[in-house]
Amino acid sequence: MAEKILMKGNEAIAISAIRNGVDGYFGYPITPQSEVMETLMKEKPWETTGMVVLQAESETSSINMIYGGASCGKKVMTSSSSPGVSLMCEGISYMAGAELPCVVVDVMRGGPGLGTIQPSQSDYDMIVKGGGHGDFHNIVIAPASAQDMYDFVDWGFELAFRYRNPVVILSDGIIGQMMEKVELHPAKPRRTAEEILEAAPWAVTGKPAGRPRNIITSLSLDSDIQEVFNQKLARKYAEIEAREVKYTEHLTDDAEYLFVAFGCSSRICEAAVDELRQSGIKAGLLRPVTLYPYPFGRIGELAGQVKSIMSIELNLGQMVTDVRLAAGGKCPVGFYGRQGGNIFTPEEIVEAFRKFNNLK
Amino acid sequence: MAFKGAIEIDTAHCKGCGVCVTNCPTGSIRLSGMVNSKGYNYAEMTGDACIGCSACALVCPDSVITVYRVKI
Amino acid sequence: MDIADIKRPENLVYRKPALITDNVMHYCPGCSHGTVHKLIAEVIEEMGIQDSTIGISPVGCSVFAYNYIDIDWEEAAHGRAPALATATKRLCPDKHVFTYQGDGDLASIGTAEIIHACSRGENIVVIFINNGIYGMTGGQMAPTTLIGMKTSTTPYGRDPKLNGFPMVIADMIAHLDGTAYITRQSVHTAAAVRKAKSAIRKAFEYSEKNIGLSFVEIVATCNSGWKMSPVDANAWMVEHMFRKYPIGDIKDVLK
Repeated sequence: MAEKILMKGNEAIAISAIRNGVDGYFGYPITPQSEVMETLMKEKPWETTGMVVLQAESETSSINMIYGGASCGKKVMTSSSSPGVSLMCEGISYMAGAELPCVVVDVMRGGPGLGTIQPSQSDYDMIVKGGGHGDFHNIVIAPASAQDMYDFVDWGFELAFRYRNPVVILSDGIIGQMMEKVELHPAKPRRTAEEILEAAPWAVTGKPAGRPRNIITSLSLDSDIQEVFNQKLARKYAEIEAREVKYTEHLTDDAEYLFVAFGCSSRICEAAVDELRQSGIKAGLLRPVTLYPYPFGRIGELAGQVKSIMSIELNLGQMVTDVRLAAGGKCPVGFYGRQGGNIFTPEEIVEAFRKFNNLK
Repeated sequence: MAFKGAIEIDTAHCKGCGVCVTNCPTGSIRLSGMVNSKGYNYAEMTGDACIGCSACALVCPDSVITVYRVKI
Repeated sequence: MDIADIKRPENLVYRKPALITDNVMHYCPGCSHGTVHKLIAEVIEEMGIQDSTIGISPVGCSVFAYNYIDIDWEEAAHGRAPALATATKRLCPDKHVFTYQGDGDLASIGTAEIIHACSRGENIVVIFINNGIYGMTGGQMAPTTLIGMKTSTTPYGRDPKLNGFPMVIADMIAHLDGTAYITRQSVHTAAAVRKAKSAIRKAFEYSEKNIGLSFVEIVATCNSGWKMSPVDANAWMVEHMFRKYPIGDIKDVLK
């Protein structure tokens, strides 16, 4: 039986990185995610697995260190919180353009600007719709527990290498700071040099005689060549959208009302659904686990079944745009959220639900 | 010991910057009155004073000069 | 003796380095970049380290350095090359890792990255081309532009009251404990080219010793940006640039 340990979500990220054969972590301190690097430094994985851990001079630098490490075909990751991730957007765009695999963890806090250090989900648009300049998508996965934080590191690298694309684990201050039981799955070793050559033949490893030089770049001055590349990315995104959508459902089979919520909000929403069920209202919950690709299809199906949908988010209403798109006008779509680092209770959600649906 | 040299210039790729001309200690290289397909007055060897010292080739940014040398 | 008799394979004393590709360099006539590329290619070839060398190219004129030297390359965002190099070297400690950066890239937008890579003592080589101007974007002022020098953003000459003073990066980083070898060279004469090549070779050798960062600044010309002929630009560089950026070794921890 796998070992179970009580730990913070942020610690789970660090422990998972070591146990899943990550080659390098490069980061910069910022609340509420500093425990990731602190845990790594305390664990000293360079003495066990050989994993490199380095504190960079800025988030700009740490994301570019990831660019360098990923160029070598290594499994490299960084973590930060909202203001730091803003700085990383440059590097994320370059990595999307150079088709580099990496995992970036965003433990979201309230914004804009320095905002607060309390939990928020207000980077949805920045990360799901953008994450830097240019025509690209991050693969975005949203953990809802410390266990998810542990599991998503390995899953993130699997997706990142399968598609040669940046993966963002979009977490928040609740999931990062909350202590929960985490089951430690069996450890996976770091890749050997031979395994890297096999998994990443494009990587810069030093050019041996007999193979053309490998060049990692996002630059093309020729519009026609760039367009061909953009269209190649489009085909990749279409494949991701066809294959990788993931979501969970709670009591949706006979649901007459649907909630959509991701990450920590989905946990709170689940309690609200149960409360409504106890009072005889057939509510259900869909939690998108992947935010890109987004479960448009399934939400669209459910929109034809339910009387209304509410998107519940810790922001001013960002994901609700996608929920509306998915619902396609089949039913009314509402929103309830808290901002600034404040968190809603299940009761608050129930009250907002009753108001939106004109139910006593 | 004396040397005699000769240079070969990839005139198609010479950009006619003239840096080789000012670096030649024996005045054995000059810019041609002719131009290549890019419109540059390419460098060419002149006279028989070349000693094969490679100064021209060392300073050539486009690596278009090959140098030969024999002892005489 | 006929010229044809001299041009025999056994008499060959200098040719284009094998690691310089056949791609025609996009640089302007007389640009120092090509000469420095050639020296790096020669050093890699002579040390026999083609299969263990990783180059990091910058943003600026030399962004396409990867088209010209036949090794594996990473192309960095503007100023970030030392960050890429840091991770590359730490994750692949048996490789020779070097960055190739201009003064806009290294001395302006990338000051944080270069200073911290120096401070951490990363075992990498940095080749820094200082021609006192932004070449690729059309001749704007760089941090290294001399006082009084005209550029497209200092059309009346650099005025310290308006634009501040030139930055002397090599001397600044010499104060950092993580740097092992710092030198300033040029490539405008055959003698200078030979010295610059020795310096680059030494920098690559030092990077094998794990004693810190090696930094080779090349004071260079940008004849297009300076609006001079290549030959005049070399003379102007000697007269003006060398006064602010004197040629010679600045730091060598093994001496």
